[in-house]
Amino acid sequence: MGGVLELRAAHRTHGAGEAAVHALRGVSLTVSAGELVAVMGPSGSGKSTLLALAGGLDRPTGGEVVVEGESLGGLSARDLARLRRRRIGYVFQDLNLLGSLTAVENVALPLELDGAGVRAARRSALAALAEVDVAGLADRFPDQMSGGQQQRVAIARALVGERRLVLADEPTGALDSQAGEAVLHLLRRRVDAGAAGVLVTHEARHAGWADRVVFLRDGVLVDSTAPLVGVEHLLSGSGR
Amino acid sequence: MSIRHGLLALLERGQMYGYQLRSAFEESTGSTWPLNIGQVYTTLARLERDGLVRSLPESEGGQRPYEITDAGRADLALWFATPISRADRPRDELSIKLALALTTPGVDVRSVVQTQRSATMRALQEFTRLKYASDKPEDLPWRLVLDAMIFQAEAEVRWLDHCETSLVRHRPAPSRPVTHPEAVDRADEEARR
Repeated sequence: MGGVLELRAAHRTHGAGEAAVHALRGVSLTVSAGELVAVMGPSGSGKSTLLALAGGLDRPTGGEVVVEGESLGGLSARDLARLRRRRIGYVFQDLNLLGSLTAVENVALPLELDGAGVRAARRSALAALAEVDVAGLADRFPDQMSGGQQQRVAIARALVGERRLVLADEPTGALDSQAGEAVLHLLRRRVDAGAAGVLVTHEARHAGWADRVVFLRDGVLVDSTAPLVGVEHLLSGSGR
Repeated sequence: MSIRHGLLALLERGQMYGYQLRSAFEESTGSTWPLNIGQVYTTLARLERDGLVRSLPESEGGQRPYEITDAGRADLALWFATPISRADRPRDELSIKLALALTTPGVDVRSVVQTQRSATMRALQEFTRLKYASDKPEDLPWRLVLDAMIFQAEAEVRWLDHCETSLVRHRPAPSRPVTHPEAVDRADEEARR
């Protein structure tokens, strides 16, 4: 099965000549439907650049980024913007909820921008809020919600509609460990329901939710955990 | 921890025989710590010798139940009340291995770090998956055991990250020539001449 997301020898260089900074140097990565891949690495290793390329927020200087069979490099700015709105969900550390809109209006906004009718958008938004267990907060404004609730709304906005690629950059931000865990639980649930997910994090406990963990160093993937199989050996093993 | 105190804690719930103790022990640690029946019986024998449990007459099925004594209860209470000393835990082979890797010629320390990180990360993924699958209220003791393993694995990965950043900044001291005692003697002699 082909990947929902494919990075093919992706390079991203900022600047040129002596001053050039090679943020990514030939990264290849495939993420399939139903798979959550965590990207770990120290600051400056290229994690955020990788995510920006995967989400079409930045373009590679070499290689190719393919989302659901479409090479992003071949798209016009307008088509790329449409693909971003329809196919890709972003969950970032900064929630970026609009303070002047209610929860349901925040979630409906990308659908409306994409041309959906107000009613249909609201219906989808309510369903997305229900999926993250905050249907009851639909008419509240961001400043009337806790940080954990706001993050759920931001996730609902990232997941609303038919998005099959979910990109998360340290999505638990400043949340406490319980609320943070709930966020990862939601992400996992969405992936189990058929999305492809990429989670950038420096926290091993969060990366533990992934099916595969890849390690980035100086713009290069240096290692990856083998895909998980059964866990029976854990129970019969004697530990280290 | 000792199997002794595990068994005492189980007997505090009521009398049990060996096989029951083994399955109750594994149940309460979510099977992370399998016991063989031999360990259970030798531990029971020692507990009885020390007066902490008492064996009861065999049942008709030939099973011999054990019950906890007052001395056993006191020992158990003391165990729960006493923090576990870090010195009682086994030496950490990993930190020793890394320390040796740094000083052994020809060893690529960064790859030792990365190999361990991948292995520990993978264990962390497996623990997380087990936890994700154990969401019933009665799974709480098991989830807490898993959390302990998750936090330990996380701490190890953080420590490995820390080792790696330290290695990047590390400039090995210029290797000092090893001074042999005879060489010094000879130099002294030459100086005296």
